[in-house]
Amino acid sequence: MSAEFSSADLAESLSRVAAVLAEHRDELCRLDGVVGDGDHGLAMADGFAAGAKAAQAAAGGTLADVANAAAKALLNAVGASSGPLYATALMRAGNAAGPRASMPLDETRQLIVAMCEGIVARGKAAEGERTMVDAWAPAARAAVEGAAFAEIRAAASKGAEATKQMIATKGRTSRLGERALGHIDPGAASAAVVIDALTQHWESLP
Amino acid sequence: MSEHLTPKLINAGADAVDEMLEGVMAAHGDKLYRPEGSPRAVVARHGPRAGKVALVIGGGSGHEPTFLGFVGKGLADAAAIGNVFASPPPQPAIDAAIAASGGAGVLFMYGNYAGDVMNFDMASEMLGLEGVEARTVLTTDDIASAPHSEREKRRGVAGNVFIFKCAGAAADRMLPLAEVERIARHANARTFTLGVALSPCSLPQTRRANFEIKPGEMEIGMGIHGEPGMRRETLRPADAIVDEIMDAILFEMEPKPGDRVAVLVNSLGSTPLMELYILHRRVAQRIAEAGLELHSSLVGPYCTSMEMAGASITLMHLDGELQPLLEHPCDCAMFQVAGK
Repeated sequence: MSAEFSSADLAESLSRVAAVLAEHRDELCRLDGVVGDGDHGLAMADGFAAGAKAAQAAAGGTLADVANAAAKALLNAVGASSGPLYATALMRAGNAAGPRASMPLDETRQLIVAMCEGIVARGKAAEGERTMVDAWAPAARAAVEGAAFAEIRAAASKGAEATKQMIATKGRTSRLGERALGHIDPGAASAAVVIDALTQHWESLP
Repeated sequence: MSEHLTPKLINAGADAVDEMLEGVMAAHGDKLYRPEGSPRAVVARHGPRAGKVALVIGGGSGHEPTFLGFVGKGLADAAAIGNVFASPPPQPAIDAAIAASGGAGVLFMYGNYAGDVMNFDMASEMLGLEGVEARTVLTTDDIASAPHSEREKRRGVAGNVFIFKCAGAAADRMLPLAEVERIARHANARTFTLGVALSPCSLPQTRRANFEIKPGEMEIGMGIHGEPGMRRETLRPADAIVDEIMDAILFEMEPKPGDRVAVLVNSLGSTPLMELYILHRRVAQRIAEAGLELHSSLVGPYCTSMEMAGASITLMHLDGELQPLLEHPCDCAMFQVAGK
């Protein structure tokens, strides 16, 4: 019998993500400065801060309400690339969770899968193109297989690390070609941070 | 690693965009307004009218006078304003479009960047649901950002001002949406930009240089957000830099002797007019040597990257259609063309 994961828990998960992204803000900006325009940490930290705040305000509603409130707030707080990608991810997570007050904790793996699908649908990137999908897709595969939370975040982290050896074809980094080799993709790095924070929180729940 | 923070005349970094907009409204409230409840949409007071296609531009802040400075009668009807170097979300684009709409459709125009495309496409989808037809033309004038064979992958930079200008004039002449869109694509296809950066810029929120470049070095083709360009090398005299840029532009443009061109020599931020005119001197020589006619010049900060040092050179290859549109009067807060 699995523990239950409530809409308040989901709001708390997003608050944890926001807090960890705030800690990583400058580091993500520096990573982005190597290959892009240096704002990725700001967009992620500000976006999830706004998303988490809206999620907390909606925590009395259903899981879908919380995810959709977070998506809308995140999108309108930042725009950028992260806004539409993570807003779509959160809306898909809301669809997967559905209009219920809680879900079995084991099923939160489906949220990782849904978020990955949303990011792929909005950004139209595939694995191996040096984007956040390179962290999300391995994590989603592990989630589909029912892997432990620790394995899911390890898959994301390994996927992010692998972007160092990839040549981008999507996003601004694609203008760099081989010059980006050796540097981790900032979108993949922040994706690994998001997945790490989510799964750490889920693991800590009773 | 030094933690040098760029000195800036700001208050809190996070307030920079909104405080800039308050200043713009205080200075140019006779020409611009923001719709109630939409602080990141800027609309022309005198441009939009019934039956006219609404030209809505936009993108990240930090490039002023691009984009908001080109909102006004005869040019863009409205702009959606993002955070520094970040696409605006869909809502300001929707608000800008609805405020500017004259019932003849909306044309979104902005530089080709992944984030902008996603946000403006979401805005277009949502406008479609409300019965407002919105089309999109992306600007792709930066020849450093992809090979000629992949023009559609290039980013939009300083040439925006020429491209927006022609589309805005077409809309001001009450041409229908399909025609304004065609002209916008035509203007984009005939506009070519290449820049060189000498020092970095920094975001107001971090004030840290967003790339490193040693004194005495330059980067040819660097993007207006500091995206790495084609290559890094030792700084050379202005004429040599102009020659390299003009070689690249003229090779792509393939003009015939006697053709007319409009020129923009643009400061990326901190490069002064003296240097821009030294560059323009050589640009004009090269245009004459190629047997071309210099139709008109813009020299100054038109598409900046905050305090980045460097410049870009843009040529628009004019024809019988584009020249009158470029000459069409416009009255924007930061850009005017007088009527004849």
